[in-house]
Amino acid sequence: MGTIPQEHYEAAPGSAAGWLEQRLPIIGFARDFMAFPTPKNLNWAWIFGVALVVMLVNQIVTGVVLAMHYTPHVDKAFASIEHIMRDVNGGWLLRYAHANGASFFFIAVYAHIFRGLYYGSYKAPRELVWIIGVVIYLIMMATAFMGYVLPWGQMSFWGATVITNIVGALPVVGDYARTLLWGGFSVDNPTLNRFFALHYLLPFVLAGLIVLHVWAFHHVGNGNPTGVEVRKDSLENVKKDTVPFHPYYTVKDLFAVMVFLTVFAAFVFFAPNYLGHPDNYIEANPLVTPAHIVPEWYFLPFYAILRAIPSQVGGVLAMFGAIAVLAFIPWLDTSRVRSTRYRPIYRWFFVLLALDFFLLMWVGGKPAEKPYILIGQFATAYWFIHFLIVMPVVGMIEKAKPLPESIEADFAAKHPPAHKPEAPAPVAASPSHSH
Amino acid sequence: MANVHGAKAHEGAEPTRRDVIYVATVATGVVGAAAVAWPVVDQMNPAASVLALASIEVDVGSVEPGQQITVKWRGKPVFIRRRTAEEIAAARATPVADLPDRVARNENLPADAPADDVNRSLGGREEWLVMLGVCTHLGCVPLGEAGDFGGWFCPCHGSHYDTAGRIRKGPAPRNLDVPPAIFVSDTVIKLG
Repeated sequence: MGTIPQEHYEAAPGSAAGWLEQRLPIIGFARDFMAFPTPKNLNWAWIFGVALVVMLVNQIVTGVVLAMHYTPHVDKAFASIEHIMRDVNGGWLLRYAHANGASFFFIAVYAHIFRGLYYGSYKAPRELVWIIGVVIYLIMMATAFMGYVLPWGQMSFWGATVITNIVGALPVVGDYARTLLWGGFSVDNPTLNRFFALHYLLPFVLAGLIVLHVWAFHHVGNGNPTGVEVRKDSLENVKKDTVPFHPYYTVKDLFAVMVFLTVFAAFVFFAPNYLGHPDNYIEANPLVTPAHIVPEWYFLPFYAILRAIPSQVGGVLAMFGAIAVLAFIPWLDTSRVRSTRYRPIYRWFFVLLALDFFLLMWVGGKPAEKPYILIGQFATAYWFIHFLIVMPVVGMIEKAKPLPESIEADFAAKHPPAHKPEAPAPVAASPSHSH
Repeated sequence: MANVHGAKAHEGAEPTRRDVIYVATVATGVVGAAAVAWPVVDQMNPAASVLALASIEVDVGSVEPGQQITVKWRGKPVFIRRRTAEEIAAARATPVADLPDRVARNENLPADAPADDVNRSLGGREEWLVMLGVCTHLGCVPLGEAGDFGGWFCPCHGSHYDTAGRIRKGPAPRNLDVPPAIFVSDTVIKLG
């Protein structure tokens, strides 16, 4: 189905599988999918896609069972969470796995996004893979935000108030959209009800978008750390540059997922509330704002950008713009080289961008005071400068290091084909001297 | 499909009956889809029970100068403050021209009424300040007797309001909103 030549599955004629394949080629689809020719030089930065799928499944499974015990009503929501924690069999585990699962979902998505930024995964012909990814990230944020509202604690309520007012500050459509979100004059029972419905719906929208995301990069082929494309001119060359996804990457990714889930389990069992906020164990009170409203850690960088601009509409537009600018980088990056590995100047700016991201995250968790506002303003400025100025300019002036001729050549240079100890045939054929 | 091909076949020629049927069918389909989508979106607007929230009456007879009560109206806090002479004097000493938002934001007055202290207080009774306790930035509840101007301070994003609830510093775009309110007797305020 893609542009990469691949040996296709064929059912034995006359077999039951053959009968099925003629009517619904589902075995062939699954076999071809699992045997997809995948560049053989993928490093550990490439494990997060699979980790993300695992986390989405974790969220859907724990979420569906939590929904069997949760009550989306302002008078009962907070108590129903405590009911889950204390009364429901294993409810504490399900809830902690779901709440920390959201955090680990975002850890994986940020690693995945920065992997893409470093290796130029957004460059032609993978622009749509990238843009679908940005949409997935946006819907992830909306889903996580609405999920955080459901326990109806103080941070739930005031987080919902601030975020819905952010929507309300948008020019033209703001007021109308905010009323649609609220279903009233403020965050109240209708809001909680619809957020629950949407929180249940959006993960399935994510699943659909992930199908498109995977389909798109299977059509053009995976990127890889060299940024040099798999040679598609012949099946022979494809085989030299790639290995089948299964078993090579299924096994590698499973190992990585186990390490990832070990850290996840450490949080679930030993520090389940470390990434949350204690104020969310106080029931929502529309008359008292907590002294210091902070969103969940994964929203902090963009929250810092919101606060950096001393005007309401400006802050809101900057925050949305900081994410929207990502969708345009396939065209903002003028470099002809994909991988930052071969870009001696840009790689320093990449380090700066990563540091900037963490700086924004730190500022976002601090109160809106001196000197944090000023630091946030500089960090916000760099976020935009990086994408709007550094990317186009460095791409034009930089002289890239020479690229390897092919994935096979790069791989052979790093892993020289040593003498092959496994060649047993000649040994067995010749008379033994060692005995 | 036949219509599309038919339309291409005699391009430049007079539109046929088939073209008219094709356009009419698509147009009807679009209108029908929109008509079906509308109730699906409109159900998210405030329901009749929410809109029917009655106005409330608040007895402020026991509020002394320098005290403030907070009541809940339409799911939002409303500050009712009986101001001290110093607070009134501080607010009156500020020229309207120095304010970031020079409009009173008082629903009981014309929309373009200037934000002087008299227009901010309730019904011209200078002691009484009635306003929504909702920061006009992103909706947090500001803290009273705080901030650089001795009025209110929003802890969320650092907006400072003065003793007449007018924005003086920070990201909030407007003065705190004065809701529809009226003294129905000497000590009772009706909201809404």
